Amino acid sequence: MNLLQIAWRNFCHRSLSSILTTFSLALGVGLVVLVLSIYGVINEAFTRNASVGYNLVVGPKGSPLQLTLNSVFYLSQPIENLPYTEYMEFLSKSQRTEMVDRFGGDESLKDRGGRYSPYIGDGFVIPLALGDYFGEFRVVGTTPLFFEKLRHGPTLEQKFTFSTGRAFQEFSAEHSYFEAVVGSRVAKEMNVTVGDKFFPTHGDPTGHGHDLGFTIVGVMDPTGTPNDRAAFVNLEGFYLMDGHAKPIEEDKTENANETLSAESKTKLDEAIESAKPDDYRLLSIAEREVTSILVRNGNVMFAPQMQNAINEGIRSQAAAPVGEINKLMGLIVGPLKNAMLVITLITCVVAAVGILVSIYNSMNDRKRDIAVMRALGARRSTVTSIIICESMLVAMIGVIIGWVIAHAGIVAYSGTIEEQTGVQVSFFTTSNNEIWILPLVVLLALIAALLPAWSAYRTDVGSNL
Amino acid sequence: MSVILQIDNLVKSFPEPDGGVVTILDIPSFVMNEGEQVALIGQSGGGKTTLLHLIAGLLSPDVPPSKKELGVDETGDEDATVRKSSIVIDNIDLTKLSEQGRDRFRAHTIGYVFQTFNLLPAFTALENVRLGMTFGSGKGTGSRAMDLLDRVGLADRADYRPSQLSVGQQQRVAIARAMAGRPRLLLADEPTANVDPKSAEVVLDLIRKTCQEENVAMLMVTHDMQIASRFDRIEQLDQINHAIASKK
Repeated sequence: MNLLQIAWRNFCHRSLSSILTTFSLALGVGLVVLVLSIYGVINEAFTRNASVGYNLVVGPKGSPLQLTLNSVFYLSQPIENLPYTEYMEFLSKSQRTEMVDRFGGDESLKDRGGRYSPYIGDGFVIPLALGDYFGEFRVVGTTPLFFEKLRHGPTLEQKFTFSTGRAFQEFSAEHSYFEAVVGSRVAKEMNVTVGDKFFPTHGDPTGHGHDLGFTIVGVMDPTGTPNDRAAFVNLEGFYLMDGHAKPIEEDKTENANETLSAESKTKLDEAIESAKPDDYRLLSIAEREVTSILVRNGNVMFAPQMQNAINEGIRSQAAAPVGEINKLMGLIVGPLKNAMLVITLITCVVAAVGILVSIYNSMNDRKRDIAVMRALGARRSTVTSIIICESMLVAMIGVIIGWVIAHAGIVAYSGTIEEQTGVQVSFFTTSNNEIWILPLVVLLALIAALLPAWSAYRTDVGSNL
Repeated sequence: MSVILQIDNLVKSFPEPDGGVVTILDIPSFVMNEGEQVALIGQSGGGKTTLLHLIAGLLSPDVPPSKKELGVDETGDEDATVRKSSIVIDNIDLTKLSEQGRDRFRAHTIGYVFQTFNLLPAFTALENVRLGMTFGSGKGTGSRAMDLLDRVGLADRADYRPSQLSVGQQQRVAIARAMAGRPRLLLADEPTANVDPKSAEVVLDLIRKTCQEENVAMLMVTHDMQIASRFDRIEQLDQINHAIASKK
């Protein structure tokens, strides 16, 4: 028989005490594994969601984290809005000319390309307009480019797909400017599908409902991104809702160059006069605003340079979502995780004390056994090793059971986790620091075994036989 | 016939609560031959178990005071000093071994049967026997343990725990365990004291027979003359132990 077998026999002999001690250790280990795993999932989810194809988000001056949270994660309130002309600064001269001709606006906007357009190259720029709600979910006004250009998935290669329907169009004969696409969770929780119509509420979930409704033309497949929790509406339709047009008069002095030219105004007046009841007048450039702009540089090398250029301006700021999320994780979630880890590690220490108490309390009963083993030729170091082996056994079994329980729990909720975060977890998905649990617990068990082991070492053979 | 055990000038004292020292054993000489079976008779408290513990190396004999401590000139007569104790088993002087050395020696050379059997309750009968060879050189194997259980008539109880065995059966397992490491000397401390007379006969016959079969010398402590009379040689502790003689 080797020492481990002897230790195992002792473990089994005091089965109730051994099982309770092991179970308490397993609970501690399970908690540590859960904390690490949950942090791993949160970290991956945030980091993955922070980069769904764009590298910068541009919005009004303020907190870059708040900009990231409201534009990328659809959390928190938007800071302010930016004039549409700020969005046009990312567009080429031809795109700007086309916009002025289409929507009406200051003719001088045609004269040049956008200040930041050279940085964009083969990339893309997607405007977002936020502020309305569909139930508790954010309504995001955007363009069809959102579904064409953005990607998701672990390698950012998956296009957005639809469980039913399609992406909205800027204009369709059937629904005019009022097409919408809803994320998978919105469709599920609001119980809507293709063909249904919804009326966004203004300002907050309990705000008044707009008169104009959007017809759902597509329900997205789950992506595991915040987009599952959003209802996307056509930006042009969004502008057409009451209260969404920026009053021109108020900005006369500030945006004098953006007011309508005489020629455009004439065109606009003619269009209004000839419009049928179902026709809608698209807002002019001066009446438009965007909440934020998602930017992907054709060459990401230009991103820092463009970010600096934007941030040096007085009106807008550019934030790198991944960087902001890493800061958030480092400043808030990281310390929270550490606090949780400390608490769970204390649980492990308490469990280790349990090992100590359990073995030490049994030492009186074992003195005769130890003396017998010594009489059979066991050295002091041998009986000491048996006690340490027994503590190690409790530690190893506790770690294995705790790890299995925690990972079984994670697997049991893997469907929900994937649905909510897009992170796929399996039984063997481990977080970075899990590898340290076994040596740490073994060390704790070793320390816990020292006192009873010393007692075993000192056991007097003669008086105990 | 060669000597297996030779004791010279063995002295063992224990401290008393009042600060004094009481000498339990003072044996000038004691010899046992290879394969010999000796019964050692003595009264309770006479130092029998202490003697066995000393022979097993579980206790160390007293270290005699130096010549300086005795106030004897370094050049003085050697006989005037107390001679050092020695316990030589199979040509190895236990008193010259370290504690670890004595443990190793005990595991290889000495078998021990206790009055209260001292089987480990967590282990089965077979595992208890295997434990007897665990701390030695590994001379014994699983088949040796099973063979010994068979010889003591408990092959069919190999998987029983001590609590599931009768007192007589427990002592038979203890005998098998003591023999498991193929010892040269078996020490038995009143092995029949806790069993009924019928079982005592069985146990005694078993020990003697097993020792004869393996040519193992045996020193059995007992206070039962009837049992002692069946041995090759009977030694009375009060005759070889001067500590008792001086008390008288």
